Amino acid sequence: MDEPQVRSGWPLYEVFLRGKRGLNHVHVGSLHAADPQMALHHARDLYTRRNEGVSIWVVAARDITASSPDEKDPFFAPSGDKVYRHPTFYEIPDDVPHM
Amino acid sequence: MTEDEFSAYQSLSEETEDHRWAFGTGFTDPLEGIDASVPPGVDAQALAAYCLMLGDDALIYSHRLQQWMTRMPELEEETALANIALDLLGQARMLLARAGLAEGAGRQEDQLAFFREEHEFRNVLLAERQDADFAELAGRLLIFSAWRLALFGKLAASADPVLAAIAAKGAKELAYHRDYAAQWVIRLGDGTPVSHGRMQAALGAIWPLVTELFHRDAVTAALPAVAADPAGVCAEVDAVLDTVLAAATLRRPDVAPMARVAGRAGRDGVHTEAFGYLLAELQSVARAHPDATW
Repeated sequence: MDEPQVRSGWPLYEVFLRGKRGLNHVHVGSLHAADPQMALHHARDLYTRRNEGVSIWVVAARDITASSPDEKDPFFAPSGDKVYRHPTFYEIPDDVPHM
Repeated sequence: MTEDEFSAYQSLSEETEDHRWAFGTGFTDPLEGIDASVPPGVDAQALAAYCLMLGDDALIYSHRLQQWMTRMPELEEETALANIALDLLGQARMLLARAGLAEGAGRQEDQLAFFREEHEFRNVLLAERQDADFAELAGRLLIFSAWRLALFGKLAASADPVLAAIAAKGAKELAYHRDYAAQWVIRLGDGTPVSHGRMQAALGAIWPLVTELFHRDAVTAALPAVAADPAGVCAEVDAVLDTVLAAATLRRPDVAPMARVAGRAGRDGVHTEAFGYLLAELQSVARAHPDATW
């Protein structure tokens, strides 16, 4: 095994849920499971107990490539002063949802 | 909208008038709008006895599952099992409430759960058995949920609308319980030589209690349109178990059924020794504080 040994010996999975009215899956947490199928069941048992979701995605945490905090400035600072990239200079019609 | 409100859970919540819940709303009452009077032509006392049987199965088995809490091998599995125990407790509450109402003697669900004696309980012996290990937990849950799901499938068409609604709701829960248990039976059976051996031994220990599940009883016979004949679901349950056992590379145990006591078993109020301890734990708080509310 090349992933770090976790307490249980089971790899970590990240869980994404889509709610009844939600438009997209959102990250809600993580869990341990032996394989993706078990991760899906655990996600159902841990994260949908209060009637939150209608769809679950799980992905092995080791399969996620993430930006590093060290790269925060080169990655994100350059866009901080470019207000003209926001479409705030347009009138948005009332019947355009989810903007 | 503040930063705090724009949480991950915000987008999961449903827009309803119900502000009691932080997120995940839209709860429903499975018995909403259903006429709770006993249908004409149905023997009310038999209906009460039948609901008591099914309710006791769920109540007692739920308690056995609760005894696993803090003892499960993984936190995730513990939550899964707690969910299953809560599903069954919910079924037990509705069924005991139905039994009390049909009986017409003013007994509520709590009186039936906490103030009956051992011989008044009508659960099958499989429900009260204490699991010796995790393999027995998985095997027993598979058999129990496959059997109960088959019964509830029939009861969804019961002439008693309340029983039909309870069964329709419960069937969805039991389908998940069965799936959960089957996955573990297959994992263990088709796992290492050690896990295979222990799973096979667990089935051998549980199997003597299977025959009772399909035993015809007088209460069910008195309710032809209302109740589900346990003998009538035997083939369906067998097919499910055979499928799972085959995938798990396990053998169906060849063991004799547990002997009935003068023809009587759990449905007649004849229980195993372990049942007394279970009941003492289940009932002690309610009996020590009979008028308490919580």
